[in-house]
Amino acid sequence: MTPPTTPVAGTTQPPATDEKPASRTPGSGDSWTRWVRTRIVNTVPEGEALPDRQPVYVSSWVYIFGVLTLAALAVVVVTGCVLAIGGTTWWHVASLGHFVNSLHLWSVELFFAFMVIHLWGQFWMAAWRGNRTLTWMTGVVAFLGSIGTAFTGYLSQSNFDSQWISTQAKDGLNSVGIGAFFNVLDPGQMLLWHVILLPIVLGVIVVLHVVLVRRHGVVPPLDLVDRVPDDLARSEGR
Amino acid sequence: MGMTATLSRTTSHGGASHGSAQTPDSHDFPTRPYDLVKEFVIALVVVALLTIGLAAAFSSPDEKAVTMTTWAAAAPSDVIATAAGELAGTTTSAGYGPPYNSAADGQKLGPFSLQKWAGVRIPVDSANDLVLAPLRMVPGDSGLTATLATWDAAPADTQTAWATAYVTALAAAPDGDPTKVAKGTYGPVPQIASRFLSLAQSGGLEGALTQSGTFYGSDATRSLLLLADGAFLEDQARARSLGGDQWGMMNETGNYPGQPWMWLYTFWYQVPPFATSDNADAQVWGLMMLLTLALLLAPFIPGVRSLPRLIPIHRLVWRDYYRDHPRQ
Repeated sequence: MTPPTTPVAGTTQPPATDEKPASRTPGSGDSWTRWVRTRIVNTVPEGEALPDRQPVYVSSWVYIFGVLTLAALAVVVVTGCVLAIGGTTWWHVASLGHFVNSLHLWSVELFFAFMVIHLWGQFWMAAWRGNRTLTWMTGVVAFLGSIGTAFTGYLSQSNFDSQWISTQAKDGLNSVGIGAFFNVLDPGQMLLWHVILLPIVLGVIVVLHVVLVRRHGVVPPLDLVDRVPDDLARSEGR
Repeated sequence: MGMTATLSRTTSHGGASHGSAQTPDSHDFPTRPYDLVKEFVIALVVVALLTIGLAAAFSSPDEKAVTMTTWAAAAPSDVIATAAGELAGTTTSAGYGPPYNSAADGQKLGPFSLQKWAGVRIPVDSANDLVLAPLRMVPGDSGLTATLATWDAAPADTQTAWATAYVTALAAAPDGDPTKVAKGTYGPVPQIASRFLSLAQSGGLEGALTQSGTFYGSDATRSLLLLADGAFLEDQARARSLGGDQWGMMNETGNYPGQPWMWLYTFWYQVPPFATSDNADAQVWGLMMLLTLALLLAPFIPGVRSLPRLIPIHRLVWRDYYRDHPRQ
């Protein structure tokens, strides 16, 4: 790396007026930090991460369900963290623990309800148009990841439901070879998947999804006369 | 959400990476004020209050787990029959195949034996691990020691013949009652099964089934396989409408929503050919993987990607905008 040219350690020299940070790369001998910063800024340009205006067509209740899903996820995570603090028997023996367990359950039910409405809303808007395919796909993967996370939660309850669901589910997972590595009869393994592995994966996917939504903006309406036909119309030969 | 004054702005997106040249860029449209942070905060408050309200009103199910003691107390004949079945190799776990043992190849998905290919990664010898090993841990019982010694000294064929005969006799006895079993050549099997029931009644069986064999037992594989080999667990589940043919996988005890998002997976088990297939699990999984892939790749699948245009729900979503901007 090229030594910094800034006169004071820990500070960054302002770029010269003729500098173009976007064109800098590590290979050109420039700062790695500046390269990362440029990538971040280019991914979601300034002002578009949290814009205070939206296109005029963003005018329907269906748009609220994406935000509701995120809000429910926040409640799921917080109530899950409180359960984790209490430990694996807390919700069986203490009324407060049982109430937090109830909060966790109902926030999950709301989370899925909002997410499914959001997913179908995006489907009927063909929201993958305009290079938004990856946004759609990360959303679907987030949905699948959520199902897996909720499922491992049911297996981690250490009650009758866990016993029944695990002994039933093992056959499906074993039949395709997954059960050999993902043992639903092992509550210890399932709890770790539920509170560590899957939330991390899901968290990364959700962040990617939201970044992609902000990067591309909200998908425009279908079939506008005064606009160039979209890629969907093109793919249909229209 | 009414429209307000609009403001044109140029998009800072450009080039192939940000949008097809044929697709309108959302940043090229006129805009109106929209407070995302306020929307999120309100949503968070609403969801939090809704969650608290639902939790306070409906609580959550937490029915205690079935223990070996409750099983032994409620259905002693079932415990006896299960123990004998483990020794005879007739239980579900004994004849399961991978990942527990090599007694069978397991299910197939067409020509693919995925279950077999994954291998025996969680080895469980049902007779030894689920019945004999826990009994060998019982101290100070010379009668039991002698009974187990008789079993150990017999050839494998004889062991199987004894246990199978006893399983058959139990099935023929009224209510499966061990005291009403016809006389036969069962070797030490009745004694082993009887002592196994005593161990379950005493509460000593759970710890003896711990996979790791250590103080900390966080793996319930053996306990759950044993419990599932008996009829008691399923009887309890069916009494709560949780059977496999009762949409049981997605439901939970009590009147709670369970996992309704798994409705499609559970649905296939209710209908032919899956409901009667020997490879139902693999087939349902295969089908669901295919459907999931279709959902993931919907933007690329002709016909599927056209559904939003053919079934014009989008006219409802964008009705305000279409009022002033005609569609094609």
